[in-house]
Amino acid sequence: MAEIVSLAEGVAELVNDGDTVALEGFTHLIPFAAGHEIVRQRRRDLELVRMTPDVVYDQLIGMGCARRLVFSWGGNPGVGSLHRFRDAVERGWPTPLEIEEHSHAGMANRYVAGASGLPFAVLRGYTGTDLPRHTPTIKPITCPFTGEVLTAVPALNPDVTIVHAQRADRTGNVQMWGITGVQKEAVLAAKRSLVTVEEIVDSLEPMPTQVVLPTWAVSAVALAPGGSHPSYAQGYSVRDNDFYQAWDAISRDRDTFTTWMREHVLDARRDA
Amino acid sequence: MSAEWTADEMMTVAAARQLRDDTACFVGIGLPSTAANLARATHAPRLVLIYESGCLGAKPDRLPLSIGDGILADTADAVVSVPEVFNYWLQPGNIDVGFLGGAQLDRYGNINTTTIGGDYRDPKVRLPGAGGAPEIAASCREVIVIMRQSPRTFVERVDFVTSFGYGTGSGDRERLGLRGAGPQVVITDLGILRPEPSSRELVLTELHPGATVEQARAATGWQLRVADDLRTGEPPTGSELSVLRALKAATGGNRSASNA
Repeated sequence: MAEIVSLAEGVAELVNDGDTVALEGFTHLIPFAAGHEIVRQRRRDLELVRMTPDVVYDQLIGMGCARRLVFSWGGNPGVGSLHRFRDAVERGWPTPLEIEEHSHAGMANRYVAGASGLPFAVLRGYTGTDLPRHTPTIKPITCPFTGEVLTAVPALNPDVTIVHAQRADRTGNVQMWGITGVQKEAVLAAKRSLVTVEEIVDSLEPMPTQVVLPTWAVSAVALAPGGSHPSYAQGYSVRDNDFYQAWDAISRDRDTFTTWMREHVLDARRDA
Repeated sequence: MSAEWTADEMMTVAAARQLRDDTACFVGIGLPSTAANLARATHAPRLVLIYESGCLGAKPDRLPLSIGDGILADTADAVVSVPEVFNYWLQPGNIDVGFLGGAQLDRYGNINTTTIGGDYRDPKVRLPGAGGAPEIAASCREVIVIMRQSPRTFVERVDFVTSFGYGTGSGDRERLGLRGAGPQVVITDLGILRPEPSSRELVLTELHPGATVEQARAATGWQLRVADDLRTGEPPTGSELSVLRALKAATGGNRSASNA
């Protein structure tokens, strides 16, 4: 059964230095508040996993929380580059960042394998590209029935997956809707999971396109209203596109970035 | 270029014209999304827009600013998980057209959105990476590429093959067992390139009104060949331009579109 905790307690209990951590949410429902709490608790040497690192991982990388990144698309959506990610890869600032690079199809299938309790997934992918030459976790595999050569990618089983959802009930059942990306698979693939929510309600009214994570499939639930900003929570907020634009200037320069993080994250205690 | 429309508007209109009604199109954000939404708002009202965030049959009335814009889910026929988009819809060949952009393109239609210069572990420029593009380029029945043309972006050989076009030429796709036909048309701000059937090399087949062969050659990093039957395309119609500008105005201004 999921424990209802504060965000600070949830991160303190579930995220350790050196862990493999996945914060998922495909443009929608990105768990920014949890990312900020990881920065405040000064976690180090994390292996960060996420299909689209987005601004949330740009912040974690720039604050020196990560030693490794497993990803498939590292840009600022609709804007351009992630400057902290680029600075880490191109110049090793603040620390060198090892990367393991996939495609979206590969990452999605790696979570599916993880959630399915299988060691790897099979797909028709990466064919002809340069990715298999640089990413050891992409291998050819021959179909035992047809002889066709396909691609295998290993399961992803994060130590902890963190997602943001619209609601949970008081027993910790979680409900999300709208674009739900790969969150269900990422939670089920993980050893531990933390879900931040917009609100905790007495009962979950069914919603179109909903995904429900039963309480016994989740480690902890924390209330974090607005916890996906500048991403959004359908039915609660809209995406703050202006912030994504503004991030380009904030993150371009190391000092500007560090000052912004100090003011808006490190010194901004979140009450939840 | 005429003062009545910009080169980017001409490129977007030319790309929209390539999309046929009653087909399904896998759309990347930025220029492809703008062109696909223009097509749906003009000659192809039943064009099915598929976004990798899981939105099938999205019908936005403004341009989405990200692949997971709420308007895509609100207006979609179905919203599915990301594994489902790639495994059930893209991989088996259920999608007619893949619509891609990129940072570098080479004479055989291979696309790079990963790294430029240096080597992979120590690149001069680190780009966002693959996203959905490698499998879109492999599995859609055909691929349309839209990219601004310059000697830095249209290169002899891409620094990194993120999405496979025709490899090193004729026969490579077939040898690798790729099911889709690959990039059938490349739309730029100067004109249109298509693969020569025998060699699969991209050649200039069409110029936008006002553009010249010399400009196209100067903006290409390989010895660009010109088709014998080179034609000049039609300028944007008044209605194409007004619909495009209305879509952009409803979005709240022109956003840069540097992602794949």
